[in-house]
Amino acid sequence: MRRALLPFVLMILGLAAVTPAGAVNPDEVLDDPVLEERARDISKGLRCVVCQNQSIDDSDADLARDLRLIVRERLVAGDSDAQVMDFVVDRYGDYVLLKPPFKATTYVLWFGPIALLLAAVFAVVSFYRGRAAAPAKAPADLTDEERRRLDKLLKDDR
Amino acid sequence: MGRIAYILPVAVFVVVSLFFLRGLQLDPKHIPSVLIDKPIPELNLPPLPGRDEVGLRTADIKGQVSLVNIFGSWCVACVAEHPMLLKIRKTGIVPIHGIDWRDDPAKGAAWLRKNGDPYDRVGADPDSHAAIDFGVTGAPETFVVDREGHIRYKHVGPITEEIWEDTLLPMIKELSR
Repeated sequence: MRRALLPFVLMILGLAAVTPAGAVNPDEVLDDPVLEERARDISKGLRCVVCQNQSIDDSDADLARDLRLIVRERLVAGDSDAQVMDFVVDRYGDYVLLKPPFKATTYVLWFGPIALLLAAVFAVVSFYRGRAAAPAKAPADLTDEERRRLDKLLKDDR
Repeated sequence: MGRIAYILPVAVFVVVSLFFLRGLQLDPKHIPSVLIDKPIPELNLPPLPGRDEVGLRTADIKGQVSLVNIFGSWCVACVAEHPMLLKIRKTGIVPIHGIDWRDDPAKGAAWLRKNGDPYDRVGADPDSHAAIDFGVTGAPETFVVDREGHIRYKHVGPITEEIWEDTLLPMIKELSR
């Protein structure tokens, strides 16, 4: 039994070791693995302005390659990750950030879903509260007129 | 309460539809430039071989209203735009400076010899540094720069007769006053 499982375990471990390669060409890779790792991380957060829904790390566009090289150049020059990000944002705007920044113009984006959820919860709660607070009313007594008609009908039936 | 339960979903639907309708009309390719009203980037670009000895520097662009045009010999839309640039050059209203983007400078020079040369100054930008400093997303792109060297407008795509007449020319006249 254990023997039979081994190939599967190895296969799954093998798959886990595979990581997407992105679009980074071998000639772009920095010699320093630490810097290269930082460059990859930064690149994954930057939108390719040509293909828009890809990061520059994923994109094959020429402009994405240019930006990847510039990111690496800034890192080699000693910039911090934040400085590199700012460098790109200064030129292309917040638009290039795949994760929108948290600031006054994006509050709606960040709080909107939570506000909607709270509003929905409030609506549901108040709906059921309203139903519970007003139990079905017992039917009112018959008026004298109605009782007379009822008696008459019952009598006729006999 | 009863009536709201019926009206509310319809109201929500209408509001969401309006947002979608607006969304359909927006062009995702249009990215507003963050560089409007900012000074042009520091430039010190080498010349194209055989064209001139100066290239393009920041100081060349300042002093009068001018256009800065991003082009490249690889750029198909630039070929379409080129006759318009030659025409603008002929009017003498505004100097046009070129940035030969992500291009072999020799090819850029050959391209200008073949298609005509509407530019005052041209700088070579083979490694995209100047283009990225300008926040360029594609070619051609054209920037209107005022006397003080501030970017006032960015046009993405080829300049057409219409864009020149309706947008660029009035703006240049206004800025030149």
